[in-house]
Amino acid sequence: MSRICVPDVPELIEKAGQIRKYLCRCARYAGNVHLAGPLSATDVAVALYYKHLGFDPDDTGNPQRNMFVLSKGHNGVLLYCIFCDLGMYPWEELYENYNRIGHVFGAHPNRKAVRGIEVSTGSLGHGLSWSIGFAHANRNEGIASRIFCLLGDGEMEEGSNWEAIMYAASHGLDSIVAIVDNNQCSASFVAGENIRWNSMADCWRAFGWQVHEIDGTDMYEIDRTLAGLPPVDPGRRGKPVCIIANTVKGQGVSYMMERPYAWHIGGLDDEKLAQTEALIDSYTAQRKARI
Amino acid sequence: MGGFTFNISDIAAMMNARDLVTKKMVQLVEDHPGVCYINSDGTGKSGPVRDLYERYPNRVLDVGIAEMNLVTVAAGLARKGYIPYGQTFGPFLCVRALDQIHNDLAYNDLPVRLIGTHGGLSSGYGPTHNTIVEFGVMNAIPNMTMIAPSDADQCVRMLEASLQWPGPIYVRIPRGEEPAVYNADYEYVIGRAVEVRDGSDVTLIATGTGVYNSLRAALMLQDEGLSVGVIDMHTIKPIDREAIVGAARRTGTLVTVEDHNILGGLGSIVADVLMEAGVSAKLKKIGIPDEFVSFGYPEEIYPHYGFDGAGIAKTVRAFCR
Repeated sequence: MSRICVPDVPELIEKAGQIRKYLCRCARYAGNVHLAGPLSATDVAVALYYKHLGFDPDDTGNPQRNMFVLSKGHNGVLLYCIFCDLGMYPWEELYENYNRIGHVFGAHPNRKAVRGIEVSTGSLGHGLSWSIGFAHANRNEGIASRIFCLLGDGEMEEGSNWEAIMYAASHGLDSIVAIVDNNQCSASFVAGENIRWNSMADCWRAFGWQVHEIDGTDMYEIDRTLAGLPPVDPGRRGKPVCIIANTVKGQGVSYMMERPYAWHIGGLDDEKLAQTEALIDSYTAQRKARI
Repeated sequence: MGGFTFNISDIAAMMNARDLVTKKMVQLVEDHPGVCYINSDGTGKSGPVRDLYERYPNRVLDVGIAEMNLVTVAAGLARKGYIPYGQTFGPFLCVRALDQIHNDLAYNDLPVRLIGTHGGLSSGYGPTHNTIVEFGVMNAIPNMTMIAPSDADQCVRMLEASLQWPGPIYVRIPRGEEPAVYNADYEYVIGRAVEVRDGSDVTLIATGTGVYNSLRAALMLQDEGLSVGVIDMHTIKPIDREAIVGAARRTGTLVTVEDHNILGGLGSIVADVLMEAGVSAKLKKIGIPDEFVSFGYPEEIYPHYGFDGAGIAKTVRAFCR
């Protein structure tokens, strides 16, 4: 049983604020890191790792575990912050040795180097297919566990996703929960400027998925959506679930949210870090006050 | 390993690698609860694979016409402790799904076995359906093992041996019926070449369908007084360095034979081995020229490119003159 227990939404909001500050400290101490994307995915990742995943830092290889696949592998630094916060690695390893030869925390997560990382990712559009392999394995063994797969909205432009989306629905793999961090911005374009989805939710629905479109910055709504997922039954075939989490790239840091493409990858100096942490504190306080 | 018994008559038994692979896969799935078999619209409306697909709904899968998904789904199963075998047309597997092979099989280092059919020019359907790059490509990917069995029976031996092999494997098999190279039992070990025939003047280092054609060439040349050895280099990576260096020291003249682009394949790898070992030998590479080949069935295409027994003999004869 996991020793993590953060059941209350206000505590999860507080934790998300902490993780956002850790991410910004990485941008100060570890060098230039992917920043605005991890910031938009923070609330969902915190809700999962500190509550709904049942993540056990002491038992990351348990065959019965729920699994988390980071399909948007460039957000690895977000998981590193969470793993350090959970005491799995010392902070110095992240702040001082990020992306350094002979150290574990690379610019994209390597499962063989970092305990807790399920699969090495970085090339986009792979996570859903990994999830299908996991789901079939679990179903074969009667394991009632879920597979959460975090994708970016920009990443959905990769065609391989749609091979997997078709397959998972066709075979009723309802233990898969795809979460799209719909942060409305890729490295070059804001949503709709280049590739147009019309409706991302309708695309998933048309392929046979059950879609929840939520405010991915509202911890209460994230928590309620994840808590409302029906228990997994390996004997059942049903619709896989897609949660479209509407966010803004750079979430929690106003000046990044205004120019998100400028902060896809970024670094901060001391002064900017202090200013940014203050912004995150006030953002977090506002979020808590709203509940 | 001289005095090897191999087939070399015009009535050599013809065997279909794909049929034998299917039979063996059925057996592996039935005997080993950890083995998975994944096809890409290759299950068939009826027959043994269809039967298997219906009996093992979580271990025998068909992803449809979606090779990228095939490779990564296999990786997912392997990550959970299974040994998945994925099979489809070679070109769509090793070219289209190369990102998935590179990242999800090789970088993640998982024991998936991919079986690319219609290897080399054996499809007869032109450049879109030929596969001429996998030796060079897989050789350049860390953790990969690349195998090209020389006949259908060897495919079966390879599949049996693959159960115990660590890391990912890419296997290339030809399209249809091919002559059997061997007609006696022998020890098959991944990564260890088979010295099929001794020879003191020149050694042909061949792989895949090139092995049978090389044996034919060796027999023709024997009648002309040339002593030609043949090595079956069924494993392209990891390459059997000792076999190459040993042959270079014995005969000093090597000819590589492969149904693969002349650039970057077995011939190039053999040259690398010789250079790194500091062993000098005369080396001639027989393979597909660096061009998109014309349409035509293998029985016409192979002689056209000098890849049949007579063509190989002609090249070797000129080279040894």
